[in-house]
Amino acid sequence: MAKILRVLREQPGIRLAGLMAPGAFWLSVFFLVPLLIMAWISFLSRDPLGFPTPPLTLQNYWEIIRDIHFAPSISLADGLAIRLFEGLYLELFWRSIWLSLLSTVITLLIAFPVALFMARLPPRYRNLALFLVMIPFWTNFLVRTYALQFMLRSNGPINTLLRALGLEPIELLFTPTAVMLGLVYGNLPFMILPLYTSLEKFDWTMIEAAHDLGADTLRAFQRVMLPLISPGLLAGSILTFVPAIGAYITVELMGGGRTNMIGYAIAQQFSASVNWPFGSAMSLLMMIIVTFAAVLYFRSGRGEYRNAI
Amino acid sequence: MPEAGALSEFAVELRDVSKVFGDIVAVDHVSMGIRHNEFFALLGPSGCGKTTSLRIIAGFERPTSGEVYIDNKPMGNTPPFQRNVNTVFQSYALFPHMTVEQNISFGLEMKGVSKAEIARRVGEVLELVRLPHMAKRYPRQMSGGQQQRVALARALVNRPKVLLLDEPLGALDAKLRKEMQIELKTLQREVGITFIFVTHDQEEALSMSDRIAVFSKGKVLQIGTPLEIYERPTSRFVADFIGETNFLTGRVTQVDGEFAQITTNGGATFRGRAMPGVRAGIEATLSVRPEKVQLVEQPDDSVNCYEVVVRSIAYVGSDTRVVVMLGENRIDVWEQNTISTLDPNYFFKPGERAWLTFKPENALVLAE
Repeated sequence: MAKILRVLREQPGIRLAGLMAPGAFWLSVFFLVPLLIMAWISFLSRDPLGFPTPPLTLQNYWEIIRDIHFAPSISLADGLAIRLFEGLYLELFWRSIWLSLLSTVITLLIAFPVALFMARLPPRYRNLALFLVMIPFWTNFLVRTYALQFMLRSNGPINTLLRALGLEPIELLFTPTAVMLGLVYGNLPFMILPLYTSLEKFDWTMIEAAHDLGADTLRAFQRVMLPLISPGLLAGSILTFVPAIGAYITVELMGGGRTNMIGYAIAQQFSASVNWPFGSAMSLLMMIIVTFAAVLYFRSGRGEYRNAI
Repeated sequence: MPEAGALSEFAVELRDVSKVFGDIVAVDHVSMGIRHNEFFALLGPSGCGKTTSLRIIAGFERPTSGEVYIDNKPMGNTPPFQRNVNTVFQSYALFPHMTVEQNISFGLEMKGVSKAEIARRVGEVLELVRLPHMAKRYPRQMSGGQQQRVALARALVNRPKVLLLDEPLGALDAKLRKEMQIELKTLQREVGITFIFVTHDQEEALSMSDRIAVFSKGKVLQIGTPLEIYERPTSRFVADFIGETNFLTGRVTQVDGEFAQITTNGGATFRGRAMPGVRAGIEATLSVRPEKVQLVEQPDDSVNCYEVVVRSIAYVGSDTRVVVMLGENRIDVWEQNTISTLDPNYFFKPGERAWLTFKPENALVLAE
């Protein structure tokens, strides 16, 4: 025993490996291995029941790519839209990314003032505020989504209120707006918490220094505050964007399957359509696209921002 | 020396400025004028209102009442970014995500100075603070003293009318502090900018400043040159806060011209300079600095000569610090060791009798 302790004390490399082992083991067994299995399945064929079977094939990927065809068009239907390519899956991917980005931006715009308010509270009230933000986690997400569904129904509280005010009721449920609402609602705490952490650590003397050097409020925010809180901003955005793009329950319950997103489409392949290899290919492709986009985005960051991360 | 074209002798003037936070009066009816190119210290213990006064000048706090004039213009609600002053913060407040160069350029960029001009001025100011090779470093890669210089450079590069320094040497160790004191003073002469300097260190204020404002509990007690503040404090607080001094309380028995006579509670009568507010019959304090008192073996016929008993003696090299008792009153005496001797009998010993004496012009009778 003493010998082991001595080795651990004298060999930082072994110590580090020892400390990392449990986490590495966990991630390997429950994340890396399933991922590799999924990658493997994505190159398999489909048996008559829809389950993966040999031989190896590129058919699953080909089906997605074959669907994309060159069809330049300019549409003025809803705003100006210039397109070069068309395709069912392309649109699915594009819509998923676009809706997830939009939901991230909306979540950010709502979360920022909240996090700022919390960080500026006297310290003894901050924990109370944190507690309030976390209360929704105590209720199952599915239950909360049903509650949201209930709110939006044609004869739910919102429309009842509208009618009582003598206004026309609006069709909310099973629309893209409802999906967006669900995504923003569900992800809000994941944006607020990292933002709050960054803002709470933020040294407000920095803003005074910026003002002192001639920066007005907007420029002090852009040049000093934004780069310094960018770790929280990025963490929050990733924590919001990633669940949004894989969203299933929200798309199902709020969108009623009418606003299709990639997470929902993939789930369909594993359930109703029973096509595991094709579902795996879609998952992997989406993962590659999102990872690639994220890397490009972070690389393009300005020096000041990159340094703050 | 007022600048040509300047309308006022003051670079910054506070007229009856007060600042109240809740029910705390941080700054209490402060009026003072800081002259052009002056090195002006705001001195006082912590919580005396000196930093708040500086923040009011910078524009970070708005006075509850009163007005600040910079270059003879009332500041009103002018935000900090429109005032021609720059601040060196106590914590330096360097932007951690920017290099030294980017930190220093920031102010000039905000003013829309051209790239070429920025590069030239940044180079110049880095020379001035003797950090020419540090341009590409980040603040966290530098020592405290270097960060301090970057903070100075970042402020000076804007060529402000007035530079505000909030305890800029507070975070440095004693040796570096002494070096920076000299450097800062030299720098101020070179650049010819008005410096307003907040400190709680009286020695720092004395050695660096042209004039000092002594603060206590939100009020300015006295404004004057280091000499005036040390040699002619007008209140007990200032006499006590600046340097060391002996206090003897008593009643004023007589005032004649510049001098007053005070009879202490122990029955001894002393003469000293009558400071403002001293009248016959009032309770007052006699203040005499330890280095201005002499101990002699035989009484002379001077006025302030009384027999005392030596209680303790400490030889500290440059001088000998003797504590004597005049009845119940303790008096500190610092005798400069002007003679080189190895003879221990040269010095007084505890328990010995001696006579203390000081000239009336070296003691003060304070009304407060």
